[in-house]
Amino acid sequence: MSDVLIVTEHRRGELRDVSFEMISAGRELADETGGKLHAAVISGDVDTFADQVNRDGVDAIHTISDGEEFNHDIYTQALEQLANELDTSYVLIPHSVNGLDYAPAVAEALSLPLVTDAVAHSFDGTLEVTREQYGGKVETTIEVEADRAALTIRPAEWPQADGMGEADISTFDAAIDESAIRSTVTGFEEAAGGDVDISEADVLVSIGRGIEEEENLPLIEALVEATDATLSSSRPVVDNGWLPANRQVGQSGKVVTPDVYIAIGISGAVQHVAGMKGADTIIAINTDANAPIYDLADYGIEDDLFDVVPALIEEFGGSVPDM
Amino acid sequence: MKVLVTVAEVAEVEDKFEVSDDEIAEQYLTYDLNEWDDYAVEEAVQLSEEEEDVEVITATIGPERSEETIRMTLAKGADRAVRVWDEAIESADYLDINSKADLLAAVVEEENPDLVLSGVQSGDKANGATGVSLAQKIGFEWGAVVNKLELDVDGGVATVHRELEGGVEEVTDIETPAVLTIQSGINEPRYASLRGIRQAQRKPLDVQTLEDISLDADVVESPLAQTSMYKPESESDTTMWTGSPEDEAAQLADLLRNKGVVDA
Ligand SMILES: Cc1cc2nc3c(=O)[nH]c(=O)nc-3n(C[C@H](O)[C@H](O)[C@H](O)COP(=O)(O)OP(=O)(O)OC[C@H]3O[C@@H](n4cnc5c(N)ncnc54)[C@H](O)[C@@H]3O)c2cc1C
Ligand SMILES: Nc1ncnc2c1ncn2[C@@H]1O[C@H](COP(=O)(O)O)[C@@H](O)[C@H]1O
Repeated sequence: MSDVLIVTEHRRGELRDVSFEMISAGRELADETGGKLHAAVISGDVDTFADQVNRDGVDAIHTISDGEEFNHDIYTQALEQLANELDTSYVLIPHSVNGLDYAPAVAEALSLPLVTDAVAHSFDGTLEVTREQYGGKVETTIEVEADRAALTIRPAEWPQADGMGEADISTFDAAIDESAIRSTVTGFEEAAGGDVDISEADVLVSIGRGIEEEENLPLIEALVEATDATLSSSRPVVDNGWLPANRQVGQSGKVVTPDVYIAIGISGAVQHVAGMKGADTIIAINTDANAPIYDLADYGIEDDLFDVVPALIEEFGGSVPDM
Repeated sequence: MKVLVTVAEVAEVEDKFEVSDDEIAEQYLTYDLNEWDDYAVEEAVQLSEEEEDVEVITATIGPERSEETIRMTLAKGADRAVRVWDEAIESADYLDINSKADLLAAVVEEENPDLVLSGVQSGDKANGATGVSLAQKIGFEWGAVVNKLELDVDGGVATVHRELEGGVEEVTDIETPAVLTIQSGINEPRYASLRGIRQAQRKPLDVQTLEDISLDADVVESPLAQTSMYKPESESDTTMWTGSPEDEAAQLADLLRNKGVVDA
C-alpha cells in the first residue's frame, strides 16, 4: 500500500486552482496504488484553506501553520518531516513557479527520484509518468524503478476536484529550524500595467518568435490595423523588448478569451497556451505542422507568415509596408 | 568574487522529423545554447562589468560537440569554462536531474563560487529542476525564476524578483552564497563580437572526467528510465486551409467576415 501526499498552493490569502487539480491527480494515483490520499496545507490561514481543500477524494489533510506567504525553506523542511512521518511513497507538487522553487529541494531532502511536469501517470506495480520534451513536439514515458518518488504535476491538465470531502483534518507540528530560513519575501509587485488591456479584445492578432526581427513588426501592425484587431504576442517578443509586457499572453502574462485568436509564428508552448486556450476560435499560421499550437487550433495555415500576412492585409484592403 | 553559470547545450528538432526506436535521429536535431542560460551568462557578465574582480566560469555537462556552444559563452564574456564528460556519462541510459545536479555539485565544490546562476529550464528536457536540486545538494540558499537581480556583495544578500504567474512578481532577499535560476527577459543578451570570438579561442576550457571531480561511475545510474518516445496524438481536428497564400488568406478572411468580427 503506497500512500500519496499532495501539496496545495496559495498566494496572498487565496488557494490557487492548481490545488484542486492536485486532488484529482493524487486521487487517481492513490486509487491505483491502493493507498490513501494526504494533502498538505502549509503557511497562512491554514484552517480556512484546509476546509476549502476538503473535497471529494481527500483522506487526510495536514495543516502546518508556520509562515504566512510561501517560503521555500519552510516548505522544504515541513514536507521532509511530514512525508517521513506519514511514510508516504509519492509526493506530488504543482509544476507552478513556486513548485519549481521547492520540489527539487524536497526530492533531494527525501532522497527521492524526481520527475517533473507530468501530464499523465499510471501505476501497475511500477509508476510510469508521461512528460513532454522538445517544446511539446514529443511525449516520453518515464518508468520509475523505485518504490518512492516525487512528481511535479502540470497545471490545468487534471480537472479540479469538487464535492464535499470527509477528510480528517489535523495539525502537524513541524520543527522548523529558523536559522535555516535564509530567504525572506519582502513584498509583491504587479508588472505590466499600461495603455491597452489585451484581455478586453474581441480579436487578437498575436505574434511570436516567427517574426524573427523587430524590423518585421510593421507587417503585423498593418494586419492589426486592417482588421481593426488588437496586437498581442508570445513571450520572446516581449523578452526582446519589441513589445511592452502588457501585450504578453500566457502563464506569466495575461489570460485572454477573445472571440478569435490568430497565432502567427507561435509554437504553442504550454506556458503560452495557459493564456489563450479559452479563446473561442483559434487560428494558427505556422510553417511547422508539428507545432503544438495545432493541437488546439480550429483552423490552420501551414505556410510562411511572410507570404500569408501580406496576402491577408490586401484581402482586408490595407497597405503592405515596404520591408 | 566568483560566479559560476551552469550552461546547457540543448537540441532543437527540425520541422519534419521521425521518432524511431524511441529516439529522434541526429539528422533531425540542431544544437544551440539554451535560451535561459544565455540570459544567465549575460547576467553574470554584467555583474563582472559592474563589480571589481569578478570571475565568470561556465560549467557544462556535455560531449565534445558542446564546445562550440561553450566557446560562444566565452566570446560573450565568460572568463573560462569547465566541461564534464567521460565514457561513463556518455553511456548512461538516462541522465536524470539528480545525476546532473551531483555532477554540477562536484564542480561547485572544486570552484567554490560565491554565486551560481542557472537557467529556469532547458529548452529540450524542460525539467525546470537542476538549479534548485544543485542548491540543496551544496547547501546554498536559492531562488527560482528570477527576472531581476540586485546583488549586495558586502552584505551577502541578493535581492531578487521571482516572476510568479499572472504578472505578479515576488520580491525576496536571499542570503548568498546562492543558486539563482534565471528567467528569460531579465536582460538583453549580447551578441558575441568578432573580437570576443577571437579572444574566446584563447580562454581556458577544461575537460573534467568523473575521476577528475572525485566521483564514481555510479553517480550516473538512475532509478528512472525513458521507456518510450512518440509524437503526441493531436487532440483537436484542425481544419487546414490550403492553396496559395492568397487562397489561404481568402479563407481566413471569409471566416472573420462570417463571424462578423471584421467589417473590411
Ligand atoms: C516559467 C515560465 C513562464 C513562461 N511564461 C510564458 C508566457 O507567459 N507566455 C509565453 O508566450 N511564453 C512563456 N514562456 C516561454 C515558453 O516556454 C516558450 O519559450 C515561448 O512561448 C515560445 O514562444 P514562441 O512560440 O513565440 O517561439 P518558438 O517556440 O520559438 O516558436 C516559433 C514558431 O514560429 C514558427 N515559425 C518560424 N518562422 C515562421 C514563418 N516564417 N512563418 C510561420 N511560422 C514560422 C516556428 O515553426 C515555431 O513554431 C514561459 C516559460 C517559462 C519557463
Ligand atoms: N547538461 C547540462 N550542463 C550544464 N548545465 C545544465 C545541464 N542541463 C541543465 N543544466 C542547467 O540547469 C538548468 C535547468 O535545466 P533543466 O532542469 O534540465 O530544465 C539549465 O538552464 C542549465 O543552467
